[in-house]
Amino acid sequence: MATLAEPRADTDEAFREEVRDFLAKNFPPELKGKGNALASVEGPTQEDAQQKAWREAMGEKGWGVPTWPKEYGGGGLSKKQARILQEEMGKAGAYNPIGGMGVMMFGPTLLESGSEEQKREHIPAIAKGEIRWCQGYSEPNAGSDLANLQTFAEDKGDHYLVNGQKTWTSGGQWADKCFAIVRTDKSDKHNGISFMLIDMDSPGVEVRPIQMISGLSPFCETFFTDVKVPKENLVGKEGQGWTIGKRLLQHERTNISGAGGGGRAMGAAMSEVAKKYAEFDANGEIADKVLRDKVADFEIRWQAFLLTARRAVEESKAAGGVSEISSVLKKLGTKLGQERSELAIEIMGLQGLGWEGEGFSESELAGVRAWLFGKAFTIYGGSTEIQNNIIAKRVLGMLDHQ
Amino acid sequence: MAILNEEQEMLRDMARDWATNESPVTAFRKYRADKPAEGFQPDVWQTMAQMGWTGIVIPEEHGGSDFGWMSAGLVIEELGKTLTASPIVASTVAASAIVLGGSDEQKAKWLPKLASGEVVGTLAVDEGAHHGGKTEASVSGGKLSGTKAFVHEAHGASLFVVSAADGLYLVEKGDGVSLSDRKLTDQRSHANVTFDGAAADKLANGGDDLLDKVLDRARILTAAEMLGMAQQVFDVTLDYLKQRVQFNQVLASFQALQHRMADLFADLAMMRSAVESGLEALDSGFGVPHAACVAKAEANRVLHIISREGIQLHGGIGMTDEYDVGFYLKRARVLEASWGSTTYLKNRFAALAGY
Ligand SMILES: Cc1cc2nc3c(=O)[nH]c(=O)nc-3n(C[C@H](O)[C@H](O)[C@H](O)COP(=O)(O)OP(=O)(O)OC[C@H]3O[C@@H](n4cnc5c(N)ncnc54)[C@H](O)[C@@H]3O)c2cc1C
Repeated sequence: MATLAEPRADTDEAFREEVRDFLAKNFPPELKGKGNALASVEGPTQEDAQQKAWREAMGEKGWGVPTWPKEYGGGGLSKKQARILQEEMGKAGAYNPIGGMGVMMFGPTLLESGSEEQKREHIPAIAKGEIRWCQGYSEPNAGSDLANLQTFAEDKGDHYLVNGQKTWTSGGQWADKCFAIVRTDKSDKHNGISFMLIDMDSPGVEVRPIQMISGLSPFCETFFTDVKVPKENLVGKEGQGWTIGKRLLQHERTNISGAGGGGRAMGAAMSEVAKKYAEFDANGEIADKVLRDKVADFEIRWQAFLLTARRAVEESKAAGGVSEISSVLKKLGTKLGQERSELAIEIMGLQGLGWEGEGFSESELAGVRAWLFGKAFTIYGGSTEIQNNIIAKRVLGMLDHQ
Repeated sequence: MAILNEEQEMLRDMARDWATNESPVTAFRKYRADKPAEGFQPDVWQTMAQMGWTGIVIPEEHGGSDFGWMSAGLVIEELGKTLTASPIVASTVAASAIVLGGSDEQKAKWLPKLASGEVVGTLAVDEGAHHGGKTEASVSGGKLSGTKAFVHEAHGASLFVVSAADGLYLVEKGDGVSLSDRKLTDQRSHANVTFDGAAADKLANGGDDLLDKVLDRARILTAAEMLGMAQQVFDVTLDYLKQRVQFNQVLASFQALQHRMADLFADLAMMRSAVESGLEALDSGFGVPHAACVAKAEANRVLHIISREGIQLHGGIGMTDEYDVGFYLKRARVLEASWGSTTYLKNRFAALAGY
């Protein structure tokens, strides 16, 4: 589709034109301002015909993952073109229908560490938004101390036999596949870990959803009982799982911080919330001056965070890829994200604490659930305390002298 | 660190080498002991001028290098690291007032001398202990009267950029200008300056918001100096934690301290982004008032924390005059209160944003 138009993408204005054209033809105006149901791991896949058509159109172009290589179904765009695409989508009120853990963390990791066959098998399906991935990392006794994981993959010649339990598996009940770190050697804590891909519909996989404080149940316990995993589903070599798995966490952290562009929307600017809910005085200022001070205080730090995220992207481009700075962004972005929710509630008063029923708008109720869910930001992907450990150790070298 | 061009990298490296080798904190100690009447060591200022640092934001036609604000900020950050006592921030900001608001004659008269370091300029704006109070100084018949409080670098300055009720004026030191010392914790040059019918030459070309524009420049450059100070306190503290042994282990191995350093490190990253984006805004001319608030407010917030933690994490030695870290605390609060305290800046930020 539209292959003839592609050479026009040589110049930026031509590319902008191409994007506008594409959006006019393919983005159904009825979906304007709607979110991306598939990008989140918090809900089941329920697409209507229009959403499906929009996803397929974007998937065909590879524009859901605009900078991924074209040969694997990505957009093959330059950063600059990707920005133009984002700008034009913003103007048109269009959302990116392709997302989830495949886009945010597994895809980038497989592109770096996967074999040619693995890339050809898995990347195009992620780029088209056809396959949902979940993350099999945490276990009941392996949280922050992730390398303590016990799920064991026994070598059976042409396949592994996997037994064990994962937990907090986000979207496990809706996922098609799972990227997991499992133990292939019980004698070596870190070098005994391998990274493998498990079909969620394999016999012996069982998921049990768990309800969260937000009332939703987007994560699960996942049990593996004699699950057969073909050898070709091993990513990298046996024993490299810890290295590959940690690299994936760097991608995850950048995303969770909200800095990578693929993170969850942080909602409207605090000043907009204030304009809607706070009282203003005759000077056009928030009447409660203490609250006004809090809003400005937050917004200034939020600006500084966004500038830091931008700087990190520029610097990592210069240095080649995501790095330890992802820990700084994760730590800052998640803390500010939580502060934002708390401040919004303070501005809204009890109107900002509705659980269900009459008298609350849809977005007010969603805000409450988002506030509660947001408490996970500083826990998953490596808690804030763990990010502090990483910064102290890897960036500041504070453990070198022990 | 912002992505720099080659010219900027050279400038930064030159400033870093010079500050480290020629102007370390021991030079500040010597300055403090010598108490030079100018408020800075004239030979040091000469050297800085010869390296071209005094003319970085002055156009080439007037004897400057026109390297831009990012370049100026890089140099000032390096000088901030070693607390180099010089009027570079004050004089650069004063020059920018003339660049923005001066007539051709005013530019021709003053800019080459400011660029060469022959003339030191400074801003004389506030009339009380806080930035942003009333302006009572006034001009009639070309004569300016009023008192400006806590003027930075007043002793060495021969040109004052003075705010009056109806705009900004250039006033030369001389008849009708008198100083009374206001010695502050940073032990740098500060004085109340009384203008008693002093000859004043209006900067008439800068528009109604000339003062705001000049203050934004003062905020951003001051924030650059603060960035250097914060970075230095952080680095010195980290080094100290790595060598001080208690309970048979280096302090750096205690997690409670690691996490505090990680917090400071993240704060410092935010401060750097805010300051660099302020400098970028000045160079691009886009969004300056907003960027200046963010830059100085973040500089205030982060240097405040780091200058306190710097002392705490050093323990007793941090309280001694013999150790450098206390100097940073004493300079930090002076800069924090200059050109906008945090509350002042938050108020301004909110007003700019329409709430
Ligand atoms: C909403 C949500 C979704 C999740 N989704 C997934 C998923 O899809 N896949 C997956 O594999 N996992 C997922 N997780 C799991 C997540 O990664 C873990 O919860 C996390 O790594 C923390 O582990 P834990 O819960 O065992 O807490 P613990 O490790 O027991 O930590 C408890 C507390 O102790 C602190 N702590 C632990 N160790 C240290 C230390 N060395 N120094 C200082 N403080 C320390 C922690 O910071 C925390 O505050 C999810 C979690 C949540 C909340």
